[in-house]
Amino acid sequence: MGLLDYFRSAAGAQKGSASVAKERLQILVAHDRAARDRPSYLPKLQQEILAVIRKYVEVDTDAVSVTYEQEETHEILELNIVLPDSAGRS
Amino acid sequence: MAMGLAQRGHRTVVIDFDVGLRNLDLIMGCERRVVYDFANVINGEANLNQALIRDKRCEHLYVLPASQTRDKEALTQEGVARVLGELDTSYDYIVCDSPAGIEHGALMAMFFADDAVVVTNPEVSSVRDSDRMLGILASKSRRALENQEPIREFLLLTRYSPERVARGEMLGVDDVQEILSLNLLSVIPESQAVLNASNAGIPVILDNGSDAGQAYADMVARYLGEERPMRFLDTERKGLFSKLFGG
Repeated sequence: MGLLDYFRSAAGAQKGSASVAKERLQILVAHDRAARDRPSYLPKLQQEILAVIRKYVEVDTDAVSVTYEQEETHEILELNIVLPDSAGRS
Repeated sequence: MAMGLAQRGHRTVVIDFDVGLRNLDLIMGCERRVVYDFANVINGEANLNQALIRDKRCEHLYVLPASQTRDKEALTQEGVARVLGELDTSYDYIVCDSPAGIEHGALMAMFFADDAVVVTNPEVSSVRDSDRMLGILASKSRRALENQEPIREFLLLTRYSPERVARGEMLGVDDVQEILSLNLLSVIPESQAVLNASNAGIPVILDNGSDAGQAYADMVARYLGEERPMRFLDTERKGLFSKLFGG
């Protein structure tokens, strides 16, 4: 029984490597494709908005997130800025 | 592929776009006959007929070697356009052998393409890069920029090992297709014949006794519109077995 289990688990582990590869690829490729359709100015836009905000408020470099989504008839540009709790008051 | 097209009587020229890393001449076995190269023609230092090397095995096949210069910009877009235009008048097929990657040589090779054959092996990095290439083909090629009908895209899967796929160690052709979903031209089995062929400078398609040679011949046939069942996808014993019982 021990031996059989060993072979089974070995076979299971091997099954894993190709299916893991496929899973990883599917996620990655979907991500790449989404990035491909995004306008190329997004990173710069994000950077400049961040710079402007930091003129007035001390925020972290990752406080601004810009997401872009494409729906059938329109595009959505979503801008999310996280301000620290005591921002601007001191 | 170029040899396969030429064997079928199509006047074919194959151009090596891998500037600085010329190797097509070596694979085709004509490395000692290179006098002028692609860059010489573009710079007007030689005319096309001086640079084209006629294959000794097949009268319809010509090779245009890449330049060994380190200057990547040796291939200008205008220059490439002019040479391709000149070749277009007297050849049926112009095969542009692109280097891997998305550097200048590769971009030049794909820019003017009508059809593209994406060559990938069943490995994560290769499949991902293929998807990137498809993105570039769809956005940066001449056909894309001029709003023409898009490039026809085909897939060639190489170094395929049915045994390893059966054991779950390698991405199967269905897995790759699920991600890339392209028109599959052929699956080339991992084969000793490929290394033997490149060692000898003889295109593997000429080795028609070998599995890889036959798989390449199938590829050319399918590219030209023939229907052929896919071969070399199953492990030999399994192949029979699944045909009898599962299929």
